[in-house]
Amino acid sequence: MQGVKEKAIELLRSKSVDRVVGWKAGEFFYDLTPAVFTSVPEVEQSFVWSVFCAANLSKYLIAESRRGGKVAAFLKPCDTYSFVQLVKEHRILRENVHVVGVQCAGMCDMETIRSHGLSAVTSVAEQDGALRVETLYGARTLDRKDALGEKCRTCKSKKLAVYDELLGEQGCDEDNGRFLEVARIEAMTPEERFAFWRGELSRCIRCNACRNVCPACSCETCVFDNPDSGLRNKAAADAFEENLFHIIRAFHVASRCTDCGECTRVCPQHIPLHLLNRKFIKDINGLYGPYQAGADFDTKPPLMDFTLHDPEPSQAAVRGGGV
Amino acid sequence: MKQDPLIPEIGVVTDIRTDTPDVKTFRVVGLDGKKPFTHIPGQCAMLSVPGVGEALFSITSSPTQTEYLEFSIKKCGCVTDWLHAMEPGRQITIRGPYGNGFPVDTDFAGKDLLFIAGGIGLAPLHSVINYCRHYRSRYGAIDIVYGSRSMEDLVDYPEILNEWSREDGIRVHLTIDREQPEWDGHVGFVPNYVRELAPDTARTVVMCGPPVMIKFTLAALMDLGFDRTSIYTTMELRMKCALGKCGRCNIGTKYVCKDGPVFRFDQLDELPDEY
Amino acid sequence: MKQIAKTELDTLFAAITAEQKLYIPADDSAGQAQFTLWRPGLALSGRLNTARSAKDLFFPQVENLVGFRMHAGAIERVETREEPEDFVIFGVRACDCRSFSILDRVFLSEPVDTFYQMRRAHATVVTLACTRPEETCFCAAMGVDAADPAGDVTCWLEDGTLLWRANTEKGEALTEKLPMLRPCPADAADAQQARTRALMQKLPLAKLDLSAFGAGKTRALFDRPEWASLSEACLGCGTCTFVCPTCQCYDVEEFRDGSSVRRFRCWDSCMYSDFTKMSAGQPRPTQRERFRQRFLHKLVYFPENNDGVFGCVGCGRCLAKCPIHMNIVKVIKTLGVTHA
Repeated sequence: MQGVKEKAIELLRSKSVDRVVGWKAGEFFYDLTPAVFTSVPEVEQSFVWSVFCAANLSKYLIAESRRGGKVAAFLKPCDTYSFVQLVKEHRILRENVHVVGVQCAGMCDMETIRSHGLSAVTSVAEQDGALRVETLYGARTLDRKDALGEKCRTCKSKKLAVYDELLGEQGCDEDNGRFLEVARIEAMTPEERFAFWRGELSRCIRCNACRNVCPACSCETCVFDNPDSGLRNKAAADAFEENLFHIIRAFHVASRCTDCGECTRVCPQHIPLHLLNRKFIKDINGLYGPYQAGADFDTKPPLMDFTLHDPEPSQAAVRGGGV
Repeated sequence: MKQDPLIPEIGVVTDIRTDTPDVKTFRVVGLDGKKPFTHIPGQCAMLSVPGVGEALFSITSSPTQTEYLEFSIKKCGCVTDWLHAMEPGRQITIRGPYGNGFPVDTDFAGKDLLFIAGGIGLAPLHSVINYCRHYRSRYGAIDIVYGSRSMEDLVDYPEILNEWSREDGIRVHLTIDREQPEWDGHVGFVPNYVRELAPDTARTVVMCGPPVMIKFTLAALMDLGFDRTSIYTTMELRMKCALGKCGRCNIGTKYVCKDGPVFRFDQLDELPDEY
Repeated sequence: MKQIAKTELDTLFAAITAEQKLYIPADDSAGQAQFTLWRPGLALSGRLNTARSAKDLFFPQVENLVGFRMHAGAIERVETREEPEDFVIFGVRACDCRSFSILDRVFLSEPVDTFYQMRRAHATVVTLACTRPEETCFCAAMGVDAADPAGDVTCWLEDGTLLWRANTEKGEALTEKLPMLRPCPADAADAQQARTRALMQKLPLAKLDLSAFGAGKTRALFDRPEWASLSEACLGCGTCTFVCPTCQCYDVEEFRDGSSVRRFRCWDSCMYSDFTKMSAGQPRPTQRERFRQRFLHKLVYFPENNDGVFGCVGCGRCLAKCPIHMNIVKVIKTLGVTHA
């Protein structure tokens, strides 16, 4: 597929880079783990590029770009926005990273495949845009779109924000109705909306997977881990604290969140956390004009900038109408 | 319903003594005015200030002290900051005792003992030293090597001078890191002082202090020909339950709160190097 | 052995609920199974297992220990504990049922954790044999028979019939109160058990080799270089810990509200950076040490202290849930290869 593995081998063999960040084969066909490869035999043995490479590798480059030498990273379109945003925030050292952009047709998600009632899946093969899913209890064919993870079903763009070289074609922005669900929630009464979010957030087990995977959450010490912050909490003592963690996090990443969708992908309790971030993105687009975090290296995130044309806070309240 | 071991009793701090610029000794009794519980030297207790936190401290007083428990506590975090700022008469919570303690009635019995302490490391040894003094005839010679940064940082200095040093069969060897005008004793670090003193290798050693002191003193004792099976120390790790369940102080197959805090060095050698 | 038609499950659940609280695996709004308090109409989930493990019923994520009221330097201790009511937990799989015996070794050993003990004492565990294991299942490698789970009562669901076998006095007592259960032949579950056991053998992880692990293996495993690559992508989150039926580390925290304080305990994870952090230092400074601790605890330290029993039941939740797909099976397979 697209010669991704071959490119990793070529980059290491030619000594263009010292390390390659990619995905490593697991026990099954789908359980790939982000990994750093330093030799051609390692890549040959276990590097994998497949429809299960959903993990966004950008955040690993914070550490990898500071380890000395040059590192190559394979980034899908959505991952490149996180990468650019982290470069902008001076977290990734751009000069130490060779970005190999990889075009992507959307990544499949085992939890989504399982949600179709399929269990003991032994293999998934792509045939003419459909997926042949073999299980211990028989086989079934799924539409590829029905196997995509949430973040890919509502993909915002196939356009890579940055690359040093590209495998596949540069793509365009997409419209997959990513704000439809936000609009649906906005249309609820405050009571309905509160009930909706309590229903979702009450499932939270505070495992911190959403925060730890989030490229925008790159604080050295999170306010929720810092004993001096007065906010440290490991488990919610009550419903208010349960909401607080996610709402504070959404506020903190507002205008820096690229909508990479990793928070929702990793949530073991299937909480649609991306909806909180998308609400901010939708509001920011409305109040300050369309803005995509991580789309370029130059513009300032609207909430970190001040212009004379910025809407007054009162305007936001009027426009918001309780939203 | 049976009281859970995680639920503390209320205690009263009846006296607070300033030992050094950053160490105070707190005297604690129960609400009934009596000693909260009996213990063996080297054991610890969980003290807490509700709303601030709970932390584990060595019991500094000897089990032979029947009226109260004492804790010598260095100011180094939330709970200790609060304790240092409090006035006598206030209440705290207390639960314990925890840990194995020193084998004062078995392995130590009849032995010549060498205590080595650095800084606040004297706190856990204070209990065992006073226990051995109380039952003086059960033990052989007692030597105490104690070092601190300065004279002012020597914990229990008056007691050491006026009681320990004056007792037959007990020799106290004090040292401070740097010269001070009013100090006419030894100057230098504990490990070097131990080398100079060259104690008899038949001694049973009990050592407590900062990690760097432990490391170099252990090396000195090894060079002098001591056996690791006769050197004891007491460990400190982060703890929450003190019951061997919350998992925090787990090193290999041991839980410091339950299987320790007292270990012999040959026992520590068996554990993974993660403390 | 007793039986009841699957269509009559509601009647059965209603009869249990008339006596005590009943928890069953039911699908939540995100479509995952979770142990849920039964109410009329709540359907038994068709999924193999719950997303969160059954340990929640005995060792909840957050649990009040005690309260304090402060007045002018004095402290008043306030009891926050309520005597738990009797409850039945239905549909526990063999792996989760095994996890109770592992948690028992921790919480019921001296000094006994009375919060856990109370809940255990008040619970009747009704297990449900598996028929359609997942590829992530490896309970057999941990010595669990998915076709014959333990518990106070064991059930099998087959061809529209629920088979019911009481195993203990508690199980008998519950059975006596359920007249809708009708007698059936003692061998009614045999055919299903044979099929399930054959199926278990076909699972990809059926032959997981644990010979490199267990008591006495600390030295052989602690300094293995593979820990670095195994832990390199670990996010340091608590997902594996919190979905694990045997992880039981906890923290004690306080919630302040003016002059009153509520002390509670909550799940904690050895994967977290602050787990062992002290004002004096940090014995596990990087994710490598924290990661190693979690797996050596389950595979070496716990068995060494507990008659060789591993601290893992092979439920496969960590395989399904880890954000980066690192898990105990990969650790076992990677370190199980001994160096030449």
